Amino acid sequence: MPKDEGIGASSKRREDLRFLTGKGKYTDDINLQGQAYAYFIRSDVAHGTINSIDTSAAEKMPGVEKVFTAADFEGVGGVPCGWQVTDRFGEVMQEPKHPVLAEGKVRHVGDPIAVVVADSLSEARDAAEAVEIDITELEPVLNMKDALKDGATKVHDDLTSNLCYDWGFVEENRDAVDAAIKGAHHVTTLELKNNRLVANPMEPRVAVAEFDSSTDDYTLYTTSQNPHVIRLLMGAFVLGIPEHKLRVVAPDVGGGFGAKIYHYAEEAFCTFAAKAVGRPVKWTSSRSEAFMSDAHGRDHVTKIELAMDKDGQFLALRTDTHANMGAYLSTFAPSIPTWLHGTLMAGNYKTPLIYVNVKAVFTNTVPVDAYRGAGRPEATFQLERVVDKAAREMGIDPIELRRRNFITEFPYATPVAVEYDTGDYHATMDKLLEMSDHAGFEKRAAESKKNGKLRGFGIAHYIEACGIAPSNLVGQLGARAGLYESATVRVNATGSISVMTGSHSHGQGHETSFAQVVADMIGVDEAQIDIIHGDTGRGPMGMGTYGSRSIAVGGSAMVRATEKIINKAKKIAAHLMEASEGDIELKDGAFTVAGTDKSVAWGDVTLAAYVPHNYPLEDIEPGLEETAFYDPANFTYPSGAYGCEVEVDPETGKVTVLAFSAADDFGNIINPMIVEGQVHGGLAQGIGQALVENCAYDENGQLLSGSYMDYTMPRADDLPMFNVDHSSITPCTHNPLGVKGCGEAGAIGSPPALVSAVVDALQRAGHTDVTHIDMPLTPDRVWAAMKS
Amino acid sequence: MYDFDIEKPGSIADAVKALGGEEAQALGGGQTLIPTLKQRLASPTMLVSLAGLSEMVGICKDDAGRLCIGGATPHVAVAADGSYPGLSGLASHIGDPAVRNRGTIGGSLANNDPSACYPAAALGSGATIVTNAREIAADDYFQGMFETALNEGEIITEVKFPIPEASNYQKFVQPASRFALVGVFVAKYADGVRVAVTGASEGGVFRWTAAEEALSANFSADAVAGLDAPSGDGMINDLHGSGDYRAHLVKVMTGRAVSAAT
Ligand SMILES: Cc1cc2nc3c(=O)[nH]c(=O)nc-3n(C[C@H](O)[C@H](O)[C@H](O)COP(=O)(O)OP(=O)(O)OC[C@H]3O[C@@H](n4cnc5c(N)ncnc54)[C@H](O)[C@@H]3O)c2cc1C
Repeated sequence: MPKDEGIGASSKRREDLRFLTGKGKYTDDINLQGQAYAYFIRSDVAHGTINSIDTSAAEKMPGVEKVFTAADFEGVGGVPCGWQVTDRFGEVMQEPKHPVLAEGKVRHVGDPIAVVVADSLSEARDAAEAVEIDITELEPVLNMKDALKDGATKVHDDLTSNLCYDWGFVEENRDAVDAAIKGAHHVTTLELKNNRLVANPMEPRVAVAEFDSSTDDYTLYTTSQNPHVIRLLMGAFVLGIPEHKLRVVAPDVGGGFGAKIYHYAEEAFCTFAAKAVGRPVKWTSSRSEAFMSDAHGRDHVTKIELAMDKDGQFLALRTDTHANMGAYLSTFAPSIPTWLHGTLMAGNYKTPLIYVNVKAVFTNTVPVDAYRGAGRPEATFQLERVVDKAAREMGIDPIELRRRNFITEFPYATPVAVEYDTGDYHATMDKLLEMSDHAGFEKRAAESKKNGKLRGFGIAHYIEACGIAPSNLVGQLGARAGLYESATVRVNATGSISVMTGSHSHGQGHETSFAQVVADMIGVDEAQIDIIHGDTGRGPMGMGTYGSRSIAVGGSAMVRATEKIINKAKKIAAHLMEASEGDIELKDGAFTVAGTDKSVAWGDVTLAAYVPHNYPLEDIEPGLEETAFYDPANFTYPSGAYGCEVEVDPETGKVTVLAFSAADDFGNIINPMIVEGQVHGGLAQGIGQALVENCAYDENGQLLSGSYMDYTMPRADDLPMFNVDHSSITPCTHNPLGVKGCGEAGAIGSPPALVSAVVDALQRAGHTDVTHIDMPLTPDRVWAAMKS
Repeated sequence: MYDFDIEKPGSIADAVKALGGEEAQALGGGQTLIPTLKQRLASPTMLVSLAGLSEMVGICKDDAGRLCIGGATPHVAVAADGSYPGLSGLASHIGDPAVRNRGTIGGSLANNDPSACYPAAALGSGATIVTNAREIAADDYFQGMFETALNEGEIITEVKFPIPEASNYQKFVQPASRFALVGVFVAKYADGVRVAVTGASEGGVFRWTAAEEALSANFSADAVAGLDAPSGDGMINDLHGSGDYRAHLVKVMTGRAVSAAT
């Protein structure tokens, strides 16, 4: 029987009521008394030297408060990077300065050069046209391999080259991997690109800042997935504002997908300018600005080699990847192609020897950072695609080849430094084959053929590392922060509960699912519980939401704090019932004494905590509020089998996704409906990447896909009805809820399944030379592949 | 957007007069012009709105049986009309409902976007573009990407379409904008077949004469199958497709339009 409340129930998303009725309170809804508006003047060239900026005419324009340039930011720090990678020679990465406003040079189209602050946005825009900027264009650095050649133009003159780092993982295995590949029965090689993407959250970024000169307190309202992290990065590294003088609020946020993790120049600018001009300053990104200033995702160029014995047992894997960093290092950028990518290269397979080489490269493009999945989609894509190609070359069914190599014993220590706690890959594969009616495929393919269409089926089995992350581990890997999470459970006198979590909800439904957990533990109605997030002024230090970590890390912190509440409440109940604490049981919101009919209600205990007339004051403090910080012992490892069925129109190359099935193991499930929604969203984004999305630059470094006229978002009619299942459950062994996380899976597992399905369709139609097509699989590319 | 004034004239004559002013520009449905203004890519000081001119809104037939569509008639009305199925089908696939409720045939033809749909219908039907000053044959009207025979301040008041025996428009969408990557309009008249192609050429909408000849002799998909696709030279080559791909699609879409023609 499905439950109607608590863990396991499909409770309706309570936040949707305000979102769907237009009552959400987003950052752009915040307007402060007397606010001025900031308009950013951005570079329209990819690379150039700034000779001069003349703001004098603009300063005199109506409504103008001030025009800012880099000169106003002398002594102010650059936008910091939160991760320092050490390369394979033991040297730390090259880390350029990222000024708030361009200093001397512009390095990508969209790089902010100057900002007009005025009474209205239109006055700011008018004045911006009067700012005279003289730039000498330089040759843009765009192609990563060319960027690393001797004598290449440099993005940053003060660095020795365009190489951020050359990372080897695990470096000690390099020779052994080379030797295994050399001596192998068969080696399958695949070269591919993982296309650059723009995150495109529905809500563009916004920042509104104010400064209170009577107290020296700053407040920044911003579209962030992690307001505490912004407070730390901006306060400590950019503006030198101590935490107690800076409050960062991220109210309702309309989607993030990674792009709202990072600390951006615009946030620092508004906070700085609010003090400088003595009035609140607001900036709202236009969609065009978002395309050229929100961090992009992916953009890897990879060669992968898989060595096998004659039975298709995987012997060794070697990868060589160039990862685009863009012009500056965004907050987490260096960690994405390394620790969130190299560590996942084992996939679901017991390949004994793995070596991953990643060269991170600076180019004159928008900075690249985490985007839904972050590193793991790149790992999964190349691995699952090379396995598919290997199956074809070896003449082994791709499902059978995967099964032969599946890890079956847990815990399993991979050769790439992580230990999977649980999983059952055969179970998810079995489930997928059943869900997708794999047995009936040939019949359907014959039907398509009759209609002049080419049908194909593609499969992918993924693993991801979520619930990031053990702080001591990531510290060794170069993280400049810990990755715990916090929760404060505040039980009010009448028994209602406010939970302050460091996780941030920007669409995930935490206000519903987190309340379900606490309700379940205490036995009160979900409606009695409010989840409060997104305000450094209200909750303890938290690390925010990304990497499918909210329920696994934030939820665990909340469980720990709730356990403390229950322990204390039991002490109070024991006192009230004059019983021994060890005999107290909590069930359905009432405390009982085991073996008796004595009982006190939850509300009686909470009232006693705040009106402690009859209370064990000598043993415990009054009040009922507890905080817990939870630092995970390991990552969590969701996994799953994805199957995609497509039809290709041989005349036009158009791909139609007919069916998509996803069999996931997310460990225990708190709210099945929300989980399903997360998978749907992830699949839409993954299919979007594979089929239509493409962030492209021309040879001058101009963004070709800088608007929705040229950047294709997946639409409802591009997608089939999804068939999702998460009944294959191997609970996580090291967090209290046994949960693994589900936010990114869909985006990770779907691209290789789709590409393999198209390749399958073409192969079946006799295009046996088509072994791969680079994403996105637009009609012109598929047609060109068929023609070649 | 820069500041501008808006004028709502009561007659075509008043509209023409208002358009004679310094930096005045006609406003149809605003579906192209307003986004352009928002990006500050144009700076008219006066917009002269045509949408409310009853003289320019509506659909009727003239004595010659031609379908006459007022220049300010929105796409949704043409889509609903149905007396010229190929044309109504085309209009029903322009943009989304909001665009079809606002955007007008006059605005579309005046703009002459190389990927727009209506130019294919007008050229493919041998339509007549009626302005406040004259009548222009479609064959003379389209003069390259965003270029037309219209003079400064001249407005399209009406478009007259001879109704063919059979017609169809096949649009292969550019995936992002969903304008035509290649759109082919085929119309079969008693005196021959016209085939007009939009989206493909750097020169804007054009007639594929080889197909017209073949189809005039034999109006069937087989007749198209026997043709070579037009050359990819001079075809648009961009993020969404090469010139060769577009040329190939011209042939495929022509065949499909013939098969679907009613
Ligand atoms: C989201 C979206 C999707 C779209 N998809 C498509 C599509 O699939 N296919 C397609 O063909 N189009 C598409 N369009 C364009 C749409 O059809 C526009 O309506 C059309 O291009 C312009 O018509 P309008 O009435 O809006 O003109 P406006 O935007 O008002 O004006 C456009 C230009 O024409 C001038 N003008 C307007 N009316 C007249 C007139 N009567 N006489 C002389 N000059 C005039 C204006 O001065 C201006 O220069 C799309 C537009 C949008 C916003």
